[in-house]
Amino acid sequence: MRYAETGYNLEIDLTRGNIERVATDPKLTELHLGGLGTNAKILWDRVPPEVEPFSSDNLLIFGTGLLTGTPAPGANRTIISTISPQTNLMAYSMMGGFFAPELKHAGYDKVIFRGKSPKLVYIWINNDKVEIRDASHLRGKGTVETAELIKQELNEPNAQVAAIGLAGENRVYTASIEQGRSSSSRLGVGAVMGDKVVKAIVVRGTKDINLAQPAEFIGLCNDVLQYIKVRADNPVPGVMTILQGLGSPQEMLHVDEAWHTQNFMWGNARVRRKDFWNKEIEERWKSVQLDVRKRLISCYNCPMKCGAIITVPGISTYMMKCFSKLTYTMAAFVDDLDFGFKIAQRATEYGVDGFSTPQIMAFAFELKEAGVLTDADFAGCPTDNEGKFYWLLDRIVRREGIGDVLANGVYWAARQIGKGAEAFDHNTIKKHEQLPLKLGMLNPVYFLMYATGEKINITQIEGQFPQSPFPTMEERQAFIKDWIQVPDEKFKQYLLDWELRGDHSNPFYPTVDMSVDIVDWQEKMHYIDDALGVCAGLSSFPLKPPYHIHNYPKIISAAAGIAMDEAKLTQIYNRNRNLIRAINARRGLTRADEKPPEDHWKKRFPELEEKLLDAYYKFKGWDNRGIPTKKSLQELDLAYVAEDLEPRGIIKNE
Amino acid sequence: MSKVKKKIKIIKIDIDKCNGCRACEVICSAFHANPKYSSDNPARSRIRMVRDPIRDVYLPVYAGEYTAAECMGRDKYVLDGKEYSECDFCRASCPSRDFFKEPDSGLPLKCDMCEDDPPQEKPLCVQWCLNNALTYEEREEEVEEDVKPGDVEVGLESMVDKYGLQKVIDTVARMSKKE
Repeated sequence: MRYAETGYNLEIDLTRGNIERVATDPKLTELHLGGLGTNAKILWDRVPPEVEPFSSDNLLIFGTGLLTGTPAPGANRTIISTISPQTNLMAYSMMGGFFAPELKHAGYDKVIFRGKSPKLVYIWINNDKVEIRDASHLRGKGTVETAELIKQELNEPNAQVAAIGLAGENRVYTASIEQGRSSSSRLGVGAVMGDKVVKAIVVRGTKDINLAQPAEFIGLCNDVLQYIKVRADNPVPGVMTILQGLGSPQEMLHVDEAWHTQNFMWGNARVRRKDFWNKEIEERWKSVQLDVRKRLISCYNCPMKCGAIITVPGISTYMMKCFSKLTYTMAAFVDDLDFGFKIAQRATEYGVDGFSTPQIMAFAFELKEAGVLTDADFAGCPTDNEGKFYWLLDRIVRREGIGDVLANGVYWAARQIGKGAEAFDHNTIKKHEQLPLKLGMLNPVYFLMYATGEKINITQIEGQFPQSPFPTMEERQAFIKDWIQVPDEKFKQYLLDWELRGDHSNPFYPTVDMSVDIVDWQEKMHYIDDALGVCAGLSSFPLKPPYHIHNYPKIISAAAGIAMDEAKLTQIYNRNRNLIRAINARRGLTRADEKPPEDHWKKRFPELEEKLLDAYYKFKGWDNRGIPTKKSLQELDLAYVAEDLEPRGIIKNE
Repeated sequence: MSKVKKKIKIIKIDIDKCNGCRACEVICSAFHANPKYSSDNPARSRIRMVRDPIRDVYLPVYAGEYTAAECMGRDKYVLDGKEYSECDFCRASCPSRDFFKEPDSGLPLKCDMCEDDPPQEKPLCVQWCLNNALTYEEREEEVEEDVKPGDVEVGLESMVDKYGLQKVIDTVARMSKKE
């Protein structure tokens, strides 16, 4: 019997309309756990580097994590992997919600799509019965609308639906896959789904998920819940409100946006409005948010409330989480939060990434102001800030006129437009739009995470270690007192010695080696979460989370019946990390790509930055080009990867 | 019949506090798995969420008695501007829906307040509801003693309803011969 996982994947060939239920090799679970790890293994094995993102040979994988659907709190993530049309590298965008647990209860660990459907279809997975159904009547429908229509049509109110909107159908590079309160939005996974001509995946599952050591496992789950209660009663002092507790930043709960509005950049990641927040705005924004917010909601089996049901009078209801209430508002220079909730509704129905899309639009209007784009490009566009954004959003998702160029994201649009537009592409890493954050002094830990993160998204890499030093020794002492999550006591000393100013401050402290240690720890927790399907909000993202390197091995053993300890789990993390690096190295990723935006910090230290990269690569067992060495691959049971990379000249003779 | 003191176990449901996470379904199904906690499956849960996020409907409902036939009519309630079917509040394991039935056998399920040895402090759904949408109360009442049908009897009754008495008798007879 297989525990925690089902032991079966669903393979769907869309070109031929063929559906197969395929047993998986339990050895792969021991090597990669599941989720991101086994997704990466499949992409390595089956998608060679010459396969283009919009080729029928590209795969689109909906993976559940190893713990997904078990009683482990917050284990609900769907890990979607493919080759990104935007970066041409591996995309691993993820979502919470209710989809992955339902899929596992239907009896599958993954759904793997290949080929392209000749006409628009949706997939209906009802336990053992799987159908490819006509979706021509759903063409152009919104993501929320599609989910409602399908549930009615099937008379299955408890089915879970992951759908694309117009943006995905039109292969917009920032198209998302939306699923109720959650979306898998980064790196264009919705565009690949659109390219495969799949409108939605619908799943209903009523099968058991088995647990290997029941009593031990439930005991550990109860410990996690107890710790969540402890953390709810003990917010971390001395850090900003949204970082004090667990979960993803509690943007639906909190109404005080002084920090974001005055520290994040407005427009095309350019303008800081230090005096934006005042009493009048605070009152207005508070009343807007409380008015449209119907309920704070969670994902499957999680006590947090990171999302909300949003009903703006006059437009249909949708669900929101995290930061997207502000991304459009700030990119468009609109001072009323009402706009943020309204345009996010349309954007959710269209199915676009709420981080990248507003930045693309702000970039376009900057180009217009600079005369790089012309009035002809914007014929018919209103002049007010709100109207402009609605107008352009409509053009982008339909790929009309200038929208067709912008639908490829800032990097590609800038090169297609030319005429100096490249200079306005100042906030992308590896061709992907980043948070609109511009800071003063280089932070060595953040430098490394921005530069090397394979997910190309800082919020999915950071966590665990405070973002800045505590001013006083008393605060540091208090912080480390119950810091049980550290993998090694040395991290406590790093924090104790970290000062705001002087020799022990950024950029030279934490030192190069310490920075590498810290990044490795943060990255490790994210990689483990993404293989287990546990939400980062209860693990790798917040300070002092309930899941950590010391309890994870026991939880994995008890759930899946796989003997596990910290060393073995660390080995699995390194294996998955190296495999993803190898996939991307094989697709052409080089050291030259590994850099944060030039203007991310005002004060840069090129020599130090090179040293940081050198040390990080060395620590990982990579050469100074960021390519895993043959020896380190062999040590991670990835000799077959080295054997592939060597004849391609990617691994050089050592 | 004589009067006896009976402990009445009450789960108070505050739907305004529900975040819709379905942890109650998860832990209920795990607790009632055999062996205990050896699997989980919300479809086997004795508490189910009537859940329609877009309409802001979040309603936990507990499995009650088995019923052989569905109601003749269906009423609708409008509460706080939201429309509910009376079935949404109904605890019956009923042919009209897939709630409160074992997904494989179709046998009815019923909430037992997590009877356990040693007893649980509170039903598991309450323990796992960190948002306190479910809270637990006890009170004592004097009630008339009555004889309750056992689990096997309730199960058999539903099989009889589904397949007819003769078929069940024949099947039981055949099975007992095999043994």
